Amino acid sequence: MVAIDRPAPREDSRMWIEKIPAAYWALVVILLVIPSFASDFVMFQIFGWTFILGLIALSLMFLGGYGGMVSLAQMTFAGFAGYMVAILGASAIDTISQGWPWWVVIPLALILTVIFATAVGWLAVRTEGIYTIMITLAIAAAFFYFTRQNYDVFNGFQGFNSVLPPRLFGVDWRGPEAFYYLTLFWAAAGYFAVLYVARAPFGLALQGVRDNPRRMAALGYSVTAHRVAAYSFAALLAGIGGILLTWQSAQISPGTVAIQPAIDILVIAVVGGLRHPIGPFIGAFLYVLLKTFAVDVLVALGLGGERFNLLIGLGFLVIVFFSPDGILGLWEKLRASRNRDPLTGRERH
Amino acid sequence: MRAFARRHPVWTGIIALAAAVALWLIFAVWPDGLEDAIGRKKVFLNAFFNGITLGGLYFLVASGFTLIFGLMRNVNLAHGSLYLLGGYIGYYVADSTGYWLLAFPVAFVVVGFFGILLQMLVFRRMEGEDLRQTLVTIGISIVVADLMLWGFGGDFYNINPPEWLSGPMDTFFVTAVKSNGEAVYMKYPMVRIVIFAASVVVGVAMWLALNRTRIGMMIRAGVDDRDMLSATGARIQLVFVGVFAFGAGLAGIAGVVGGTFQTIAPGEDIRFLLASLVVVIVGGMGSIPGAALGALLIGLAEQFGSVYFPTYAVVLTFLIMVTVLAFRPQGLMGQG
Repeated sequence: MVAIDRPAPREDSRMWIEKIPAAYWALVVILLVIPSFASDFVMFQIFGWTFILGLIALSLMFLGGYGGMVSLAQMTFAGFAGYMVAILGASAIDTISQGWPWWVVIPLALILTVIFATAVGWLAVRTEGIYTIMITLAIAAAFFYFTRQNYDVFNGFQGFNSVLPPRLFGVDWRGPEAFYYLTLFWAAAGYFAVLYVARAPFGLALQGVRDNPRRMAALGYSVTAHRVAAYSFAALLAGIGGILLTWQSAQISPGTVAIQPAIDILVIAVVGGLRHPIGPFIGAFLYVLLKTFAVDVLVALGLGGERFNLLIGLGFLVIVFFSPDGILGLWEKLRASRNRDPLTGRERH
Repeated sequence: MRAFARRHPVWTGIIALAAAVALWLIFAVWPDGLEDAIGRKKVFLNAFFNGITLGGLYFLVASGFTLIFGLMRNVNLAHGSLYLLGGYIGYYVADSTGYWLLAFPVAFVVVGFFGILLQMLVFRRMEGEDLRQTLVTIGISIVVADLMLWGFGGDFYNINPPEWLSGPMDTFFVTAVKSNGEAVYMKYPMVRIVIFAASVVVGVAMWLALNRTRIGMMIRAGVDDRDMLSATGARIQLVFVGVFAFGAGLAGIAGVVGGTFQTIAPGEDIRFLLASLVVVIVGGMGSIPGAALGALLIGLAEQFGSVYFPTYAVVLTFLIMVTVLAFRPQGLMGQG
């Protein structure tokens, strides 16, 4: 309606590859060459973990940012996928683990995760806003207690250990470099998948549903179907992240799907920013850095390493209190204020 | 109730039948066949009473939560932290002064004061922003949980009830009949019964205050139309601060109660936050009778679940929530 008067944008005659800003090229090159100089610890623990947590938080960003549904059950879906890989594949608990080959286990685990998430999503979309947060939190808690109490299938408190990735092409995928590239690949795949879906008809309709469900319903879109489908897609991302997470620590136990990790994922996504898919990765990087080095900082301040949660909580509180859009929001604010002329208050040209 | 019966005759019949069966199970002397099938009556009665008293505790926690949400649309996910704080304060007061009863007013006032701070410093700045409130209160609960862990350590605390409340009390429920025809009566801890009675009193008083007093009228009017109420000259912000303080204070009292019949430890905050979430989802947001019904259902489900199917106790609670959401998303007593 407003767009009618606007002149048509000039056709950009450059190739698509030329349109990518230079900063992106720099980022890609840096990410690809990091293994040539970084230590094993940095690759495996810091970057591997960042990409995994980023991927799980990305699934929350997709639901929250594009669908307007903040789900605390994303870690549960990730943990479910991890459990399925441990139960159907091989682990040290060979009385429960089936030991099926990886090309059956991984697709099956992801399919089961998507089915589980679709059921949860169908339930959760019956509620809105804050109720969604509550019901997904309740589901996450129920799954956590269930895995802790059930010994027949989930092996209770202990969970499963020695859950290792398959030795595909003769590569040990838990080796630092291989694992770095593996997680980088899936993080990038998830990132671009979310970017693509957000601009595809489904993503646009989903954003429409977020902004005005009644109008979308009047236009003939099924609001419920779009929301449930968003849960299914997000669970695929979370499931991949969960399988990688299980391989990284080589184990899965109820601690992985407890309430604290579920809230951590929310913290990561919100601190990074729910507006753009890059946000969760920024948040995850900060979180991992904090989690890894905060102990040293705290000890240096004379507080003792166990006050880590205080630091995380305070940081989270400050960010959500002052910038609901997270670090991406802060960045945008900063850019806007730099573009503004301090005398007239108008945009500079 | 009559309107409900007229609209849903089938449901009314089912509910009446279930109530009759439950009453028979509680009062009758069980025939041998039934004892063989599901175990002794004493176990059943104990689970029943534990469930009801646990429901009383859940009601105390959840009613504050539902009151705050129903009246102000404030989402306070730090409610569990208020509960835990009340428990610790109660423990220190009871332990240092020796008066168990003194723990209640002190916990109420101190935690209520925290509630006032929350309302003035946090919620008033972000009225109507659900998501932001949620996130900020999650942040607060993380920080407060860690501060409490720092201050009180990871130990388990237990508040001892005074002499006159400890020990069992004879009830008039027959658990079995001896071979000489003498009936065996059930014994039950006195303190639990007293606390349950107190929570019933609190619930009834709250309902009366909301529905029969001037303040209650103002609160209900504020829920319906806040702007119009403030235009008539009522000081709405003052009412809101008062309600928030009261709801938080209830959580504090619940903490003392919880510390008396269970233990106070880190992690209990999340457990009780979740319990109140489930209770208000089942009962219906913002409804005091709904919170009572939900708390009873969840308390009973948890206790019966842990006695009769220990592995799946959590799943039973969860199933109740799922069923309610699937058929009545607004909760059993919710409006709309």
